[in-house]
Amino acid sequence: MEAAELREIALRSLLVAGAATLLAALPAVPLGLWLALRGGGGAWGRMLLYAGMALPSVVVGLFLYLLLSRSGPLGFLGLLYTPLAMVLAEAILAFPLIAAFVLSGTRARVEEVRLLVRSLGGKEAQVLPTLFWESRRTLAAALAAGFGGAISEVGAATLVGGDIRHHTRVLTTAIVVETRKGELEAALALGMVLLGIALVVTGLLVILERE
Amino acid sequence: MRLGAFLLPFFLLAEALRLATTTSVYDSGLLDQLLPPFQKATGIRGEVLAVGTGQALTLAARGDVDAVLVHAPDLEAEAVRQGHLAEGFCLAQNRYLLVGPPKDPARVRETPTLLEALRRIAKTQAPFVSRGDRSGTHLKELALWKEAGVTPAPPWYLESGAGMGQTLVLAAEKGAYTLSDLATYLTVGKKRGLVPLYDRDDPLVLNQYSYYVAPKSPRLGEARRLRAFLASPGATQIVAGLKVEGQSLFQPLRGRCILPVGGSR
Repeated sequence: MEAAELREIALRSLLVAGAATLLAALPAVPLGLWLALRGGGGAWGRMLLYAGMALPSVVVGLFLYLLLSRSGPLGFLGLLYTPLAMVLAEAILAFPLIAAFVLSGTRARVEEVRLLVRSLGGKEAQVLPTLFWESRRTLAAALAAGFGGAISEVGAATLVGGDIRHHTRVLTTAIVVETRKGELEAALALGMVLLGIALVVTGLLVILERE
Repeated sequence: MRLGAFLLPFFLLAEALRLATTTSVYDSGLLDQLLPPFQKATGIRGEVLAVGTGQALTLAARGDVDAVLVHAPDLEAEAVRQGHLAEGFCLAQNRYLLVGPPKDPARVRETPTLLEALRRIAKTQAPFVSRGDRSGTHLKELALWKEAGVTPAPPWYLESGAGMGQTLVLAAEKGAYTLSDLATYLTVGKKRGLVPLYDRDDPLVLNQYSYYVAPKSPRLGEARRLRAFLASPGATQIVAGLKVEGQSLFQPLRGRCILPVGGSR
């Protein structure tokens, strides 16, 4: 495989997983914080969230496939086999990961933060943003988990992306193709790039966490 | 790399011609050779989904692809009758091979016919890997077992449920026999040490690849232009020129089918 194509595939992987992580984090972070403020969301809420972490990616892929296929309810959008469909699939998978990480990371600090806000004369409405600000480290870990889940995704990514060269091929699906073709060296090289990206991104998040 | 051109597919959706093909024509590199000159000539970008023939026909029926390149005449005829495919064009042919480990435990090398070879594999219970994925090759294999009067069954009969390349890799690992198209055998199986044990000109092992447009596709015009391109002398030359170690992978058919297929032509 040429270096230019490898760069293209790696960049696409980053963009798709990055966009999916952001898309998932937008609702997942507030949800995790809100559940933490409400005492953890109750056993049912937590159970649902933790079950979401175990969502089988091929089931998510199949569900989205049926939704986005031209003969499905959202077929008119023409989204099947586009990078956007992959972003959606990976976001669905990253969402419970991020929310659960935020919840478990902030739950223990809720009372502490609430007392702090009150002692400074603040209102209950200010507890959530303060909790958010005081939990930056947890946030970094949650984003790392979500991004890690998204960029290593292969089942759903193949089903809704289709592994189209120069369009929806990402590192994981390219590894499958190269292995299928018996090009094991190329597959291994792609795997190394994937590992490298995961290391760099989580490394950046660890630096953020430290500040 | 220009980032703008790269980001384009994120925003401009569904602008390319989408083609579902068998894994064999993709993995052999044939489409990587055909699509760039097509894009150069027409400005239409072709996107390939490499799946089995069965899945390619399902994608066409659901309206998720604009054209297919497949190799299972019976299934094709059925899809044409149901209105999912039209305007068939026989692009190329090669043949199926029975490949296996060089040690040849069932001694099929000595058999005069392919059916006899299959019977011998069944009798000696030598391992055989089937695609098991409703691909053209899988359907061909099932038809051959039927003709040989054998009902293959575990434990010696394994189903990989995977593409041809992966199935060949599995066969090599297990020291098993398998039925393969010539192109994928030469690009994948040979490297893995499998050898062709039945490789003769025999009407039984003809393998014909046909192109169809999906009549309900919103990009029917583009699909027809690809059909016209595939019929051009330039495309014929590309098909004939694809070689591995000096051996041609496909012989162009230029629309002259060798196996009967239903539908308009």
